[in-house]
Amino acid sequence: MFDWLSPALILVVGAILIALLRGAARTAIVFLAPLATLWAVWQVPDGVAATMAFLDYQIEPVEGSPLRRLFATIFAFMALVGGLYAFRQSKWYELAAAYTYAAGAVGVCFAGDLITLFIYWELMAIFSTIVVWCGGTPAARAAGIRYAIMHLLGGVILKVGIEGIVIHTGSIDIRPMLATDFDTWMIMIGILINAAAPPVSAWLSDAYPSASPTGSVFLSAFTTKTAVLALILLFPGEPVLIGVGLFMIMYGIIYALLENDARRILAYSIVNQVGFMVCAIGIGTQMALNGAAAHAFAHIIYKALLFMSAGVVVYRTGKTKCTDLGGLFRTMPVTTFCGIVGAIAISSFPLTSGFTTKSLISEAAINEGMMLVYLLLTAASAGVFLHAGIKFPWFVFFQKDSGLRPKDAPWNMAAAMWIFVALCFLIGMFPSYFYAYLPYPVDYVPYTAAKVVFYLQLLLFSGLAFFLMLPLMKRTLTISLDTDWLWRTALTRLLRVVVAGADAIATAARKAGRNGLAGLRRWVLRIVGSGRERATEGLFARSWPIGTTALWIAVLLSGYVLAYYL
Amino acid sequence: MSKRDSDQHWLARRGTIRRLWQIFAVVLALTVAAQVAIPVKGYFGVDSLFAFGALFGFLSCVAMVLFAKALGILVKRDENYYDEDGGDV
Repeated sequence: MFDWLSPALILVVGAILIALLRGAARTAIVFLAPLATLWAVWQVPDGVAATMAFLDYQIEPVEGSPLRRLFATIFAFMALVGGLYAFRQSKWYELAAAYTYAAGAVGVCFAGDLITLFIYWELMAIFSTIVVWCGGTPAARAAGIRYAIMHLLGGVILKVGIEGIVIHTGSIDIRPMLATDFDTWMIMIGILINAAAPPVSAWLSDAYPSASPTGSVFLSAFTTKTAVLALILLFPGEPVLIGVGLFMIMYGIIYALLENDARRILAYSIVNQVGFMVCAIGIGTQMALNGAAAHAFAHIIYKALLFMSAGVVVYRTGKTKCTDLGGLFRTMPVTTFCGIVGAIAISSFPLTSGFTTKSLISEAAINEGMMLVYLLLTAASAGVFLHAGIKFPWFVFFQKDSGLRPKDAPWNMAAAMWIFVALCFLIGMFPSYFYAYLPYPVDYVPYTAAKVVFYLQLLLFSGLAFFLMLPLMKRTLTISLDTDWLWRTALTRLLRVVVAGADAIATAARKAGRNGLAGLRRWVLRIVGSGRERATEGLFARSWPIGTTALWIAVLLSGYVLAYYL
Repeated sequence: MSKRDSDQHWLARRGTIRRLWQIFAVVLALTVAAQVAIPVKGYFGVDSLFAFGALFGFLSCVAMVLFAKALGILVKRDENYYDEDGGDV
């Protein structure tokens, strides 16, 4: 009867209730809504569960498959544990926005057609922006606006692609395609923007670290991983993605190595990890797609765990720069331990979830005979240990004695971290139970003596490299320029030049007016206004009464209606 | 550090750190030595060399750190470069 109701709607209702209720009732909703969503996720049958008429299209609001359920499960579970982490510390509006954001992610999982996908996609864009704004600082406000512009732009590009597909094929189905023409390229670019692919990776490291300690935990989970799911559904085996993924992997490592802000190190590391998944989708075999899905699942857990431990540090000390931190292990043993577990899991140490999921991707590269890809992935695994596995815990919890003696994590934050610590080990130690839920049958044994020896050599000698080169890694009070310099600085400068040019023209016109060309002068000034008289004279610069605006809108609308019927 | 060494947290004492390095060195040696008993099968020829994992891990990390260092000269700026607190978007 309710087949057409996406499990996502439960989270939306939950978010509304969180906004309306107070006290214990709200707390109850924080836990019940994701639990009910988890239950609903597992009620979704394989195949299209329902179709609905929407405008002239038959949309499929709910379509199930093992892959879709896998992603929806981890998204709903992330909302649950994130809720536990955040419910005592974050503001109600941040929680409500985060739950709606999670609802968007779950909705994307079950979207059977491109229109439904797009609607949930935009829901995520809007509410994740609000989560960024909940950081509450001027920097968060500015980063949130840049974040929103980037995601709305990505949405427009995605929409252009979807429109093209609808016009040229008449189908809104979500089905595998390759980037062969304008439409498919637009869709892929729109999705890749959300995956933080080059050249716009900078939005991620710009926005996530500006959010609140609790907000960045939610942000780390959803946007990039729904993009991964969308790529698995739409572009499996698209060769361009191999190169894009490899670039993201290396970009993430290099920028993380340069970074001083602890949460920004983790943000760069998201780009790096998503790069592994994008590369796997480009390889496109069943083994590779299993690897991408499994790695996304495991990644959400350990990356949230890392952001949680960093979040506790920010919550307790108010500091986030490596130069200000250090030596926190003395008074924060739980947070330190949980952060280290997240760090060794992301580094794919044997017995952790990173090992049993990332090695699927390497194995896929081996099976396809892609030597260069395999070697780069292996070098990158070493690099992950370098930038996230050691650098993050070392500079935050050890390094020097910063003199800070903060209290350890509040009980709910600690509980959330312990749950994810347990999962990092469970997936790492009993992979076969986890593999059973992957989209394709798994014929792969992660633990052979040879593999374990190889990875231990690789990782431990990376550790040796880190400590030997420690003098080279001395933290500096710097940021690293990225492509966002183009729109944060270059574009502003260009605009200033244009404005100055317009001013010069206006001044010239005024001079010309003095020379007798009074008509031209009045005309130019009336349109653009001059620098000095802008506030009062220019046609475009004056403030307009609402009534006039309303009148003009009415005129335009009636004109439009007339034109439509003529 | 102005504090006397014995006043430090035990993990931050010089003796402990020296001991940790010794343990680390032994573990490193063991992972390489293990390869004598456990043959690591390579997939592409080059990776079947003895201690390939150790060398490859170490050298790629050195390369990445040096590359980051070089790139840093180009892209590193003062942390107030964008001056966000002024409300500039």
